[in-house]
Amino acid sequence: MSGKLLIAGGRVVDPSQGIDTVADVLIEDGHVARLGVALRAKGAERLDAKGLVVCPGFIDLHAHLREPGREDKETIATGTRAAVAGGFTAVCAMPNTEPVNDSAGITRAILDKAASEGACRVYPIGAITKGSQGEELAEYGDLREAGCVAVSDDGRPVASARVMRRALEYALAFDLTVIDHCEEPSLSQGAAMNEGPVATWLGLRGAPAAGEAMVVERDVLLAELTGGRVHIAHLSAAASADAVRRGKARGVRVTAEATPHHLFLDDGLVRDRAYDASTKMNPPLRGEADRSAVVAALRDGTIDCIATDHAPHTVDDKKVEYDQAAFGIVGLETAVGLCLDRLVRPGLVELSALVSLLSTRPARILDLPGGSLAPGAPGDVTVLDLERRWVVDPERFASKGRNTPFDALRLTGRAVATVVAGRVAFRA
Amino acid sequence: MSLFPHRNLLGIEPLAPADVEHILDTADSMKEILDRPIKKVPTLRGKTVINLFYEASTRTRSSFEVAERVLSADSLSIATATSSVQKGETLLDTAWNLEAMKPDMIIIRHQCSGAPHFLARHCRPAIVNAGDGAHEHPTQALLDALTLRQRKGRLRGLRVAIIGDLLHSRVARSNLWLLTKLGADVVLCGPPTLVPPGIEAMAPVTHRIEQACEGADAIMMLRVQRERMTGGYFPSAREYFQRFGLTEPRVRRAKKDVIILHPGPMNRGVEIATEVADGPYSVILDQVTNGVAIRMAVLYLLLGGASEVES
Repeated sequence: MSGKLLIAGGRVVDPSQGIDTVADVLIEDGHVARLGVALRAKGAERLDAKGLVVCPGFIDLHAHLREPGREDKETIATGTRAAVAGGFTAVCAMPNTEPVNDSAGITRAILDKAASEGACRVYPIGAITKGSQGEELAEYGDLREAGCVAVSDDGRPVASARVMRRALEYALAFDLTVIDHCEEPSLSQGAAMNEGPVATWLGLRGAPAAGEAMVVERDVLLAELTGGRVHIAHLSAAASADAVRRGKARGVRVTAEATPHHLFLDDGLVRDRAYDASTKMNPPLRGEADRSAVVAALRDGTIDCIATDHAPHTVDDKKVEYDQAAFGIVGLETAVGLCLDRLVRPGLVELSALVSLLSTRPARILDLPGGSLAPGAPGDVTVLDLERRWVVDPERFASKGRNTPFDALRLTGRAVATVVAGRVAFRA
Repeated sequence: MSLFPHRNLLGIEPLAPADVEHILDTADSMKEILDRPIKKVPTLRGKTVINLFYEASTRTRSSFEVAERVLSADSLSIATATSSVQKGETLLDTAWNLEAMKPDMIIIRHQCSGAPHFLARHCRPAIVNAGDGAHEHPTQALLDALTLRQRKGRLRGLRVAIIGDLLHSRVARSNLWLLTKLGADVVLCGPPTLVPPGIEAMAPVTHRIEQACEGADAIMMLRVQRERMTGGYFPSAREYFQRFGLTEPRVRRAKKDVIILHPGPMNRGVEIATEVADGPYSVILDQVTNGVAIRMAVLYLLLGGASEVES
């Protein structure tokens, strides 16, 4: 990581330092060296950022890179290329690979692959329980030492309150946050979408929002009981936000993320798209009242960050009957554009607040390096063009996944350059 | 006769009231063919229809087959128990293979809601929904409406009670769309565990069958599937019959000339008492005959009508 990169003349927005001003950023040896006006750096590569926004690199706390095991859906190479194409300089990799990342050996294999083939930083997340079976705790000490930054049984929610309690307690020894996919399985068995009027008319089995919220309530209470740190993955319901809000008011160590699709889409889309499986994910798109409550929770600080839940699938896994289609959509290459177009442009969220939601806060939630352009911070930078008009074209995704409900959408604003450790990893 | 403005019949929901009346009028005029000594007209000669049935069906499938024969369409029926589906072929592959045989129409019954929409999106032939999951069963609702219209002379203002497992019933959904579009006054009834959320926006819901039957011109009974009886939706078939079954005393709360419909197959002693099922107000066998007429009308309007549009 030798060499110098000068990102010149951009509007630097760094909420970690309260900065929003035109300045140059000099990166040396992979780290931020200086921030200042008209910096001179002999022999530095120059990235002209005039008219652009320069932010600390975006960090996605929730992505499925599928490797090892499902390289037909995504690999660490393609997933991280999708990440940098979407403006992310780091992604946290969920452990529901095949095999599940529940041991140091798998964690190290993921990190080795990321080091040799990855386009951005990869932070593995270990499993809460062995095999994500929801029974015995995985070896958190080993996982932490090997490089895991959190534990989660995402996609396979921990049903037992006793197991979740032990996980929160045991994780304290290694300073790990437990990330929970909150879902009461007995209420969502066989569900293909959100329970409500749309599911009724489509004749699809629905999962009620209450099934998420009751597990969020449980986790908040267990975090309070144990003093552990819990992070609520892909929060999608008003009642879930309410539980987090009340927990935070009591000083419980709870944080939460929301995905762009839960912020911008509701379950009416399943009907509008006539059962197209690009609208199928878990948690499902909720009703409009839940959707707007998630936006409100993002604005009032109840939700701490935006994460993608990037879930690539093959065409074969999606081009089937709705009930039989795989859950999940890709998100790395659309998230930033959607947030700029639908949160910042209409004035719902200030630009600096969005940078915080995508960079500073995710870094803080898991104590990751980055989230800042202060001298000494990693040389990870996302450069935005707020005026760039573009059309979402899944055929041009770097990800292997094409499964998105945002295809053909016209957006204004996107990441146009992504710098990882001082190296330009993407330019548009 | 004016042209029918739809390529497929995926459900009642997307139809305009005039479309529904158009199908009913066509069926009325076609019913007469079934009373002729030679029950065959050349209307759809040279058209090929595939009946693709992923779920067991006696009534609906044979009704479509009879309609196809009367109209002289060439047809073949594929039941999935004997097809490549057993070898793991996907719905899309099956459909594409069938499409390559150049049929004009595929009639599909499938356990997954939205399967007909999926086919319509990916293949060329006209698609008719013969029942998809818990979504819709449009030809059933049409034949029910035809039966009601024949017996009552109208649909507007009729008080119709739909009673039973509303949660899992595609018949209930299609009938609810159709009857409300044509101005009938619908009341829904079932145990709360079998009433899906949001349905009350379309018609009032009661959990008391006596109330639902009160003053009814017609009662539509829905089948209670056996697996629901052990699925925790209600404690026992015995209690279901006691509290939600259609019995003689309950029928007496309806209008004197009430008619009783059931899409079949019936569970006697569960949702309906035998004396009611076999009673004078039961029109269950009329429904079967009307089913053929409705399917003739649908075939004719989608196949006959479409070629006229294109030429």
